[in-house]
Amino acid sequence: MRELRRAVIAALALTLVLGLAYPLALTGAAQLVLPHRADGQASLIGRDYSKDLSLFQSRPSVTGYAPDATFFDNQGPNQKALAAQLRGYVRAYLQRERPYTPGLRAQDIPSDAVTTSASGVDPDISVANARIQAHRVAARRHLPLARVLALIDAHRSAFGSFVNVNELNQALR
Amino acid sequence: MLEIVLYVALLTAITPLLGGYIARVFSGEIAIAAVERLTRGCEPQDWKRYARSVLVSSAVFFALLYLILQTQSLHPFNPRGFGSPPWDLAFNTTASFVTNTNWQYYAGETTLSNFSQMAGLTVQNFVSAGVGLAVAIAVIRGFAARSGGALGNFYQDLVRAVVYVLLPLSLVSAAVLIVMGVPQSIDLPVGSQEAIKLLGTNGGGFFNVNSAHPFENPSALSNFFELVLILAIPAALTSTYGRMVGNRRQGWALYAAMLTLFVVAVAVVYVAEGHPTPAMHAAGITGANLEGKEERFGTVGTALFVVVTTAASCGAVNGAMEALSGIGGLVPMAQMQTGEVIFGGVGSGLTTMLMFVLLAVFLCGLMVGRTPELLGKKIGAHEIELTVLGTIGVPLLVLVTTALSLTKWGLVSMSTSGPQGFSEALYAYTSQANNNGSAFAGYTGFVQPANGPAYGIVFANLLGGFTMLLGRFVPLLAVLAIAGSLSHQRVAPAGAGTFQTDSATFVVVLIGVIVLVALLTFVPALLLGPVVQGMTHQLF
Repeated sequence: MRELRRAVIAALALTLVLGLAYPLALTGAAQLVLPHRADGQASLIGRDYSKDLSLFQSRPSVTGYAPDATFFDNQGPNQKALAAQLRGYVRAYLQRERPYTPGLRAQDIPSDAVTTSASGVDPDISVANARIQAHRVAARRHLPLARVLALIDAHRSAFGSFVNVNELNQALR
Repeated sequence: MLEIVLYVALLTAITPLLGGYIARVFSGEIAIAAVERLTRGCEPQDWKRYARSVLVSSAVFFALLYLILQTQSLHPFNPRGFGSPPWDLAFNTTASFVTNTNWQYYAGETTLSNFSQMAGLTVQNFVSAGVGLAVAIAVIRGFAARSGGALGNFYQDLVRAVVYVLLPLSLVSAAVLIVMGVPQSIDLPVGSQEAIKLLGTNGGGFFNVNSAHPFENPSALSNFFELVLILAIPAALTSTYGRMVGNRRQGWALYAAMLTLFVVAVAVVYVAEGHPTPAMHAAGITGANLEGKEERFGTVGTALFVVVTTAASCGAVNGAMEALSGIGGLVPMAQMQTGEVIFGGVGSGLTTMLMFVLLAVFLCGLMVGRTPELLGKKIGAHEIELTVLGTIGVPLLVLVTTALSLTKWGLVSMSTSGPQGFSEALYAYTSQANNNGSAFAGYTGFVQPANGPAYGIVFANLLGGFTMLLGRFVPLLAVLAIAGSLSHQRVAPAGAGTFQTDSATFVVVLIGVIVLVALLTFVPALLLGPVVQGMTHQLF
């Protein structure tokens, strides 16, 4: 009985401290010190830009870019269904970019451009992908290609060869 | 590549620092009077009493979490008005979080209220890690004991683990994550759960896609930080062990064995994911396998995460495990199948590793015809029987449950057939039995159709739930019993014929034993799934 009493007291006390005091104290402090950042920054979440082809396009998503109902695509590396899905993405990418980059072939496409991200809301694309898209963006917006390419370089991440699409499009607007 | 080198260097640097701190916490050198007063009446326990306290408290935490999940519709902090999950899913989830597994058949953001996430899951993230840490310390005390049978007091150890180790580290880590962009608000209390999810090798994400979600893991920098958090305590415990048994080289020997296996695993996944998969090949795509990976992590950041999370029994993921190449997906499975001894979970990694040490010592003893001994203590038949139970029991559990899952009741959980479907099932029961929690996530026990009510797959939820409970408590009791038995033994002085367990030779033997046991048990199963896919361009 003493054993059980001890366990119950421990469970209730730890729930109060770790389950309520700990997260709520952190929430209070975070909201006080970093009010907007702590609500979650919109630029971190990839969006669907396919309605406007004068903008850079995010990676394919099977979740409709929903940040609050996420799931993985969960297709295995040797599945016919995945091969079919990838072919569809390749076809769509070529259809979209080839008019502005004549002679573009499947093997020229950076793999991030035609594979689904993990989260479905990946905000980034590779620099190589952005550089291909730059031709379309420049033509559609009547901008010199060099300026769009310079914009990509300016937004390139310090940690790798990729750019944030939200920030890139923000800079275009 | 630089990222991997930097990571290994940092982990090696942290190990003695944090390990030393933990040793001082549990020797009572670091103590706050007000905290110590909470456990004033707790007297030292022998292994049976210690084990009883572990079991009783785990049962109480089980009941409390199940109750919280089943009354979800009544909670505050439920902005999206979720109802209670089905009973079988609640059972599986409760077993999962109490056993430090964090296997998730549900999607956090579409199933659980923030109250369930905080007062239910976050609490268990702390407590299950705290239990693991407490048991590891008790086991070390038994191994180190010069005389007498007491292993410490469970409640005192649990409070110390939570108050001096897990809570302060979580507060600091959560603050760092929030600065890096992880949200922490009433609607999205992510940072507080994220920190302990990683530090406690729990792995249960706030979001369904776990650390792939930009809100759980916003940047390459946060990814690196999270990787450090996952292995920090499991690695440090090797040093804690060395200090507490009075020979730091013993700790470094374990660290060396773990690190060697770890580095090999990272290299294999990194190379495997750098190439296109058969499906990409068929679609004419060249370049790295970025299907199911985030651009900000790339192949290096994802490969490292895949290996770290399955080396530790963490189970957090930053990409789709199911989308890994055949060989890339083989590595996480194989790592878990070693019994989670390549660093492993908080506490449980070290204790399982110690059983492999006993096994290695025993085999060496057989080879040279001497009575095996460790730290000057004779290893007898009783200890070896328990060691076999603790090291072979879980692999056996994996094989039996995987076989059961291939019956008609289990097949509905698979999202696909062929070798990939088999891999899903093998991964699911490997992960649950070893308390890891990562998944080939096409495998499901909970269906949420777009129209119509959600329902659980009872068979998968029950089989998985019991698998996790057995996988946690059988090795835990075995190792506590071993520690109890060793605690009574006198220490014999080392002689000329004593087999040194802190030498490079022993590290090689230990690695050999771990690999041998895993290979002998799992090669046939692995051949049917990931190896088939890794060795062919065939599509299924």
